[in-house]
Amino acid sequence: MSENRVESLLGTLGGAGKDLVFYIGGMGYLLTGSLWHLAAPWLGLEVRRRAGSRALFAQMVRVGVHSIPIVTLVIYFVGMIIALQMAYVLKGFGAPQAVPVVVGVAMLRELGPLLTAIVLTGFAGASIAAEIGTMVVSEEILALESEALNPIQFLVMPRVIATAVMLLCLTIFANLIGILGGFTISSIVLDMGSNFYYSKTVEFLKMQDLVTGLIKSVVFGALIALIACQEGLRVKGGAEGVGRATTLAVVYGIVALITTDLFFSWLFYKVL
Amino acid sequence: MTETKTSPPATHPAREPVIRVEGVGMDFSGRTVLDSVSMDIYHGETAVVMGGSGCGKSTLLRVMIGSYQPSRGRVSLLGQDITDLSEKEMDPLRLRFGILFQSGALYNSMTVAENVALPMREHTDLDDGIIDIMVKMKLELVGLRDFGELMPAQISGGMKKRVGLARAIALDPEIIFYDEPSAGLDPIVAGVIDMLIMDLSKKLGVTSVVVTHDMNSAFKIADRMFMLYQGRVVASGTPAEIRNSSDPVVQQFITGAPDGPIPLRMSKTDFGKDLIG
Repeated sequence: MSENRVESLLGTLGGAGKDLVFYIGGMGYLLTGSLWHLAAPWLGLEVRRRAGSRALFAQMVRVGVHSIPIVTLVIYFVGMIIALQMAYVLKGFGAPQAVPVVVGVAMLRELGPLLTAIVLTGFAGASIAAEIGTMVVSEEILALESEALNPIQFLVMPRVIATAVMLLCLTIFANLIGILGGFTISSIVLDMGSNFYYSKTVEFLKMQDLVTGLIKSVVFGALIALIACQEGLRVKGGAEGVGRATTLAVVYGIVALITTDLFFSWLFYKVL
Repeated sequence: MTETKTSPPATHPAREPVIRVEGVGMDFSGRTVLDSVSMDIYHGETAVVMGGSGCGKSTLLRVMIGSYQPSRGRVSLLGQDITDLSEKEMDPLRLRFGILFQSGALYNSMTVAENVALPMREHTDLDDGIIDIMVKMKLELVGLRDFGELMPAQISGGMKKRVGLARAIALDPEIIFYDEPSAGLDPIVAGVIDMLIMDLSKKLGVTSVVVTHDMNSAFKIADRMFMLYQGRVVASGTPAEIRNSSDPVVQQFITGAPDGPIPLRMSKTDFGKDLIG
């Protein structure tokens, strides 16, 4: 490689690195703004906005309640798939009775939080990006600002908090559904009774399996909403810009989820 | 092109201007959108800023409302220099002016009544009963009292603008900015909006700044007009003065001639050379 090529490669890498830093900086700004606007009214540092709390409730319903059917479907099937795959492997070791434990651990530690988050990226992240992007295009954001109403307080905060809280709730729910999926297969294919399956699950699963998963889910939820809001607010141009924001919210969302998941898995492995 | 001297209108002699724009310039990534614009707008008058697409009038409006910081020059609003104000410092001032956006910019997730109520709910301590009454009054001013329960998606473009206007006057502002109020409306609805603008300025005594390229409406509503071309004010005065202006740019704009000092062909390179090389 000639020196020029190396230089331009370094330049490109440097540019991408700078973009990444700015991107994360932007998310940090939205996050601190959201936390501030969540906490400040309680501490008496800011007037409570009536529309803010109403928006929070509306977003919780939108993100958390409306996504229950799709989360149930996906996670129930994944629970069944894990049970089937593990039954095949564990039968080879002569330990098919370990299926409940494997399903439980996989669900609580990894698949429950991650897959629910990925479903929510498509379900909520895309629609948040599209919604806020459309608001930018139709000057609604400018209208908010010109009425001395802060878009972070009115739009970003309710979405970030709602997504983080609801992903936590959905993950608890998804864990149960996934285990139910595992049980369905175990009872059909391996002839396991419900008492046996339940006692195995409870016996071997530890509190930390559940808690580490739930910690991740809160972070995942905030990430999904922050990326979606950021993409929405950055929209330039008309419908085309909104379309691009929607796509990027999902793509960056999934990349961010997997990266963060890897980080957390490593951290929990080292620490716990 | 000579810049006409801006003098205070005869009805308001020697007053402090409500809006003062001094030598404002604006560059976007190397391109000069506003070159050097100066204008004073006085209490109670309706000032119309006209110009073709891309002449910088929308940019000027955004500079006036403090959403863009100008690259050069200074802007004062209601006696306060807003050029270097932060978003937070700007907020108290924002409650004293209203804006009607080009598309109305209604919040699509809220009903018409909630749209008008939002500024009152968030910036006053009035209780809901009183706010409901005030919303009805504001909607009655724009003739849409019965439509409060509808969503923005259920009403026409002209009605959205009227609701946008009701929302802009929710907090009884001292200044109302209008961004292309008649764009995209049929002549009758455009006429209704013009009438509302004149009505509000008469009934509420507000100062109005209207940015438009619609000459009919401009001559109807203006006390004073400013003609913007290539980022500069090329003419200003009363509607009669503008109509009689000898400036070819102004005349072309009034008559709508396709070619003239504002050229039809905007390419700078030679056509023949471009084809044959």
